[in-house]
Amino acid sequence: MNITTILLPTVIVAAIGLVCGLGLAFASKFFGVKEDERIELVREVLPGANCGACGFAGCDDYAKAVCEGNAQPNQCVPGGASALKGINGILGTNAAAGQKMAAIVACTGKNTVTGKRYEYLGIDTCKAANMLYGGGGKCQFGCIGLGDCVRGCQFGAIDIINGVAMVNRAICMGCGVCRDTCPKALISLIPDDDSVFVTCSNKSKGAVAMKVCEESCIACRRCEKACDSDAIKVNDNLAFIDTDKCTNCGACIAVCPRKTISFISRQTGKVMLSSELVAPPETAASSEE
Amino acid sequence: MKEMLIILLSAILVDNFVLKKFLGICPFLGVSKKLDSAFGMSVAVTFVMVLSTAVTYPIYMGLLVPNSLGFLQTIVFILVIAALVQLVEIILKKYVPSLYKALGIYLPLITTNCAVLGVTILNIDSKYTFAQSLVNSLGAGLGFMLAMVLFAGVRSRIEAANIPEAFRGLPITLAAASVVSVAFGGFSGVIEGIFR
Repeated sequence: MNITTILLPTVIVAAIGLVCGLGLAFASKFFGVKEDERIELVREVLPGANCGACGFAGCDDYAKAVCEGNAQPNQCVPGGASALKGINGILGTNAAAGQKMAAIVACTGKNTVTGKRYEYLGIDTCKAANMLYGGGGKCQFGCIGLGDCVRGCQFGAIDIINGVAMVNRAICMGCGVCRDTCPKALISLIPDDDSVFVTCSNKSKGAVAMKVCEESCIACRRCEKACDSDAIKVNDNLAFIDTDKCTNCGACIAVCPRKTISFISRQTGKVMLSSELVAPPETAASSEE
Repeated sequence: MKEMLIILLSAILVDNFVLKKFLGICPFLGVSKKLDSAFGMSVAVTFVMVLSTAVTYPIYMGLLVPNSLGFLQTIVFILVIAALVQLVEIILKKYVPSLYKALGIYLPLITTNCAVLGVTILNIDSKYTFAQSLVNSLGAGLGFMLAMVLFAGVRSRIEAANIPEAFRGLPITLAAASVVSVAFGGFSGVIEGIFR
């Protein structure tokens, strides 16, 4: 047994390792691109959901954009105040928080109030069902209820209840991912405050809308007349509320014969749909206590 | 020239690295969900395969064989390939940021990919010359690309299919991969037939 039998391989492997290591060290010195170390710090204060609500391809991308000055520090919706505070601290900026938003489904077509035209047995997604004559529901505009939005939600804030999607406001971060998953475009983002909202998307004429669902908007314009602040307008056979003008008085809810307008309470964190309301929101809130 | 063509086509079709030699199964199953990422990964693998062959072959022939240290090839090759990929990454980041972005995460992922190590070792086992080794590596990379792109297509079909609950996810993917592999068995003998 010669000592060189062991020594030679050791020396050769060590030498190759050394050459590689030195090569890398030199390479990173001469070719290295300086990374902004703030990017890593900003990335750590972000929630890491990669939801895309900021408009960038994920949290890494957003962190990079913020550090390079291509994005505002308040664009992270799920991170909210804590992420904003973190980013402000790291970058020394002083950006104010944006309005917190929440998703709302403009349909209350539960199994009990609307029916089926045919039994859909195809691929288990709304997108596929929508391609077959606009889904199995009687209402062409309503929620298909196969849960594309539920699968899209990173936070588990949407559930299909009685065949219609419902957003749980207590969990909803307002990232808006669900909005893009809905083939019927039923989901929109509204400010996360007390709000009155038209939870129907049916744009057919009153007589047709009346037949397909018990809670559809028939464009009777009673809400329009009841509104003191000129906030509600009926266009394309569908009522629409301008949130800037709306005072949440609930007058429209009281006069709606179809339970189409819902009051959404901030405090309870729960979407109170019109069909669950017996009285206008003021009395409903007091009766709960 | 004809010999080179035979080596290239055999590496792509007959001795496909993924489907016939079962090397590089991890990226094959992991990155084949989308066509874009499958293609990006394959380009990175092809690139690294050719480059690492170009480096490991001289090291083996010039350093290990004269000292009768052939048994060290695995450990030395891993060391060299890992360092090489890191080096390439640094250089690309500096001079070709567009390519660096296109290859993205796949470049560091294949640092110690078994397909890359496999092709360098098989080149030496097959007693190829340096030029033949390079052609074989290129063929292996292109074969990897072919398998990845084909399988990405298969997987997109699987996504839309109604699969029994128990088979969803990896089980049906593995079953589909085996069928694709069997299909590639049809190529055996084709190359000999063409160049006879």
